[in-house]
Amino acid sequence: MSETIIYSAQKIITMNPSRPNATHVAVQGGRILAVGDLTELETWGPYRLDESFADKILMPGLVEGHAHTMEGTLWRNVYCGFFDRADPDGKTWDGVKTIQAIQDRLIEAEAKLTDPDAPLSGWSLDPIYMDNKRVTRADLDKVSSTRPIGILHASGHILNVNTKALELGGLLKPGINHEGIPLGTDGLPTGELFGPDTMTPVGVHVGFNRSMTDSDEQGLRDFAKLCVRTGVTTITDLAARLEPDGVESMLKVTNEETYPARVVPLQIFMGATAKETVDKVIGLKARATDRLRLGRIKAVADGSIQGFSARVRWPGYHNGAPNGLWYTAPEQLAELYRLALAADVQVHTHTNGDEATEMVLDTLGPALKDVPSPDHRFTLQHCQLADAAQFRRMDKLGMCVNLFANHHFYWGDEHYRLTVGPERATRMNACRTALDTGVPLAIHSDAPVTPLGPLFTAWSAVNRLTASGRTQGEHEKIEVSEALRAITIGAAYTLHMDDEIGSIEVGKKADFAVLEDDPTEIGGANLKDVRVWGTVQGGRIFAAADL
Amino acid sequence: MSTPIPVTVIGGYLGSGKTTMVNHLLRNANGLRLAVLVNEFGELPIDEGLIEAQDDDIISIAGGCVCCSFGSDLTGALMDMAVLHPRPDHLLIESSGVAIPSAIVGSLSLLDGFRTDGIVILADAETIQASANHKYMSDTVLRQIADANIVVLNKTDLVNEERLGATFEWLANQNPDVRIVKAYYGKVMPDVVLDSFLGKASGVGPSHHTADIDVMTLDIEGRVDVENLARALADSENGLIRAKGFVTSLCGQKMLIQVVGSRWETSNASDSMKDGIVCLGFKGEVLQGLKMLVNSMTVETVPQG
Repeated sequence: MSETIIYSAQKIITMNPSRPNATHVAVQGGRILAVGDLTELETWGPYRLDESFADKILMPGLVEGHAHTMEGTLWRNVYCGFFDRADPDGKTWDGVKTIQAIQDRLIEAEAKLTDPDAPLSGWSLDPIYMDNKRVTRADLDKVSSTRPIGILHASGHILNVNTKALELGGLLKPGINHEGIPLGTDGLPTGELFGPDTMTPVGVHVGFNRSMTDSDEQGLRDFAKLCVRTGVTTITDLAARLEPDGVESMLKVTNEETYPARVVPLQIFMGATAKETVDKVIGLKARATDRLRLGRIKAVADGSIQGFSARVRWPGYHNGAPNGLWYTAPEQLAELYRLALAADVQVHTHTNGDEATEMVLDTLGPALKDVPSPDHRFTLQHCQLADAAQFRRMDKLGMCVNLFANHHFYWGDEHYRLTVGPERATRMNACRTALDTGVPLAIHSDAPVTPLGPLFTAWSAVNRLTASGRTQGEHEKIEVSEALRAITIGAAYTLHMDDEIGSIEVGKKADFAVLEDDPTEIGGANLKDVRVWGTVQGGRIFAAADL
Repeated sequence: MSTPIPVTVIGGYLGSGKTTMVNHLLRNANGLRLAVLVNEFGELPIDEGLIEAQDDDIISIAGGCVCCSFGSDLTGALMDMAVLHPRPDHLLIESSGVAIPSAIVGSLSLLDGFRTDGIVILADAETIQASANHKYMSDTVLRQIADANIVVLNKTDLVNEERLGATFEWLANQNPDVRIVKAYYGKVMPDVVLDSFLGKASGVGPSHHTADIDVMTLDIEGRVDVENLARALADSENGLIRAKGFVTSLCGQKMLIQVVGSRWETSNASDSMKDGIVCLGFKGEVLQGLKMLVNSMTVETVPQG
C-alpha cells in the first residue's frame, strides 16, 4: 500500500457542499483519502505530514472545458497580442499596442534567425484594439522584404503577411477577386488574408502549416506548463483531428511521468460520416488512459460572430451583414446525435449564433425521443447568443452549456457596436440565466483565442467588463462562488467527469490548484489577480517556479 | 506552364444525388482521367466495382481516375491535386450539402493550375422546393441555386409531369440564367457536366443519351469578334448548355471559347487548332438558329499569304 501524505493548508476550498472548507487533505496513491482537520485524518493510520502548502490555499484542480492544445505550439512564434500574456516558461510578454511596436518586436526576433530564408511567424494580432488600423504588407516589409513573414490573428481566422510571403503563395498578382482578400490602391493584395481558404496557400510559407491545429509533442508539453501556471489539472482539446500519429504522440507524451495535466481531446466531426466518426471514437475510447481521455466528439454547427459566419436569428446582424454559414447540416447532426446517444458517446456542439443553437435544440429533441438517454450531458460550446427561452429548452433536454465568458471581455465592445447591437450584446454569454434556469454551467477561454486562465475567466463572468471598461450585462453577472464552481465541478460535469475530479473529497483524484491568495476573500473585482503557485495532479506536485 | 486543370464544382443539398451522379460520370469517364474531391468518403461514395485500391485519403478507380476526401481543408487538397501524377484531365469537387459553391470557386481562383469549368447544382425534383423553404436551410439552398451555371433536376422519375413542370418553372425563376437539365439516378450526359468531354468523339454514348439534348458542331470559316460570339453563345435565348471550340479573331489570333450556361470565357490558343465550335443544347430550341447567328458574326477570311 502506498504511503499516506497529509497536506496542511491555510484553507482548502473543497467545492463539496457537505464540507465546503477544510485545513487538511490526505492523499494516497494519487487519490484523496480524506478531507477535514488533522485529528479526523489521523484516524486513517500512519501518515507523513507535508506542510509545504501550510500558507497556501488549495482548490480543486481547475478544469478548462474548451481550449486547444495548439496554444502550446503557437508560443514558438512571436507574440504580437495587445494584452500582456505569459508564455509556457513563465515569461510575461508585454502587449504590443502599436504597429511600430509590432515591427520592433518582429525585428528583434528576426535578428536571431540565422537561415535567411526561414519564415518569421507571429500570432495573436488583433487590430480591433488599435482603432482597427490594419497591418499591411508594407508594414511587415519593413521588418524584412526577403524572408516570408506571417502573423496569425487572435481569432485564428485572419493572417497578415508581407510581400515576400504573398509572392511565395502565388497571390502577389493583380485581378484577384475574392472577398477574403482586400486589395490596395495598386490592385494587389494588402497582405491581409481572411478565412482558411485564403490563408492556406500562403500560410504554408510562413510557418502555419495545414495541420497547425494538431499540437506536436513539444507543443503538448508546453501546453501543460501553461496549465500548471494557471492552476489547471484537466483540460480539453476541443477540435482534435486525432489522426493515428497524433493519437500515438498524445498517448506517449501524456504518459510521461512528469506530464502534469489530464487532456480530454474531442474528435472533430468533419470530413467523415456520422457513423465513421462514432465508430472511430468508440475505438479511441478503448485506448483512453487516465491522462488522455479519448472518447468524445465535437460537432460544429456554425461559424463565429465577429467573422459574421455565425448563424443568427432575426433581425440578423446589426450592421446588415448577411447571415453566416452552416458547417454541418441538421440531417448530419441528427444522425450523429442518434448514433452517439445509442453508443453512449458524448457530443459537444459548437454554436455561436442563436439560430445555430435553435437548430441544435430542434435536432437533439427528436433524437432523444428515439434514443432516450437520461444522463447524456450533451453540451453546447460557446452558445454565446442564446436567449432565456433557449436556456429553458436546454434544461428540459438535459443539456449543459459552456459559455465563452472571456469573449465578453475581449470582443464585447465590438459586438455592442457592430455585430449584434446593444441588446443582444448585453445578453451574450448569459451565465446568470443559465444558472437560474438550471442548466449546468462551465465557462471557458478557448485558448489560444484568449489566454488560458480559469481564474481570469471566472473574473470575466463575475464582472462582465469589456476591454474598454464598460460593464456589459449587469444582470447576467454571477457570484464568485458560482464562477469558481463553473471552473471546477461545473466544467467537470460537462465532461461527465464530476465523479472523479472537480472537488476535493474522498475518492477523487488528488488534483489541486495551489494558490497564494484566497479567491473567496480577494473580492470579485480582483479574482483575476489571484496568484497561482502551481498544481498537484494525481498526487504529483508541480511548482510553476520549477517548470 | 501547362494548361490549367478544368474544375467543375458539384453542389446541391443533402440527398440531391451528387454522389450518384459522380459515380455515373466515373463509370462513363471514357478514357478521361477524372479526379474527384469529396468532403467525406461516406458509406459508399464510389461504386465498389470501380475501386482498384484505397487508403485513408485516396481511392484509385478503374481507368486512371482518383477520388480524395478533403474534410475541412479543401485548399490543401487542391494544392495536392495540382502536383498529382499523372495529372488529372478534369477535377470534380463534390461539395458538402451546406457549402456555398461560389465560395469554392473563389478559393479555386487563388490557386495557380486550375480553371473553373462551372458550377453544377443537383436539385431533387421531389424535395427541392421544400428544402428551399426549410426553417434553417432556405437561404443556403437558394444561394446554391443562384450560384449554378447548370442545374441537374434529378429524380424526375419520382414526380409526375405536372409537378416536374412546376418545379422546372420555379427553378428558372430562382435563377433566370441557369440551364436546367432533367435526369434520374444522376444519369446525365457527361458532356453536360464536364467540358472535357465536349468535342471528344460525339460524347453521346448510347447509355446516357437523353432525348432532349443535341450536340452539333458549328463550322466557322472566317474571322469573328470572339467576345461577342462567346457572349451570344452564353445568352440563354440560344438554348445552349455548353459550347467549346476554336475561332480566329478579327486580328487573326486563334482563340478558345468556353461557355457553360451563361458563363463564358475566351483565351488564346495554338494556331494549329481547327476552327469550329461544339455546342450542346436543348433539342428543338434555337440550336439550329446558331448557324445563322455565327454566319452573321463571321467576316470573310483575308486570303493568306
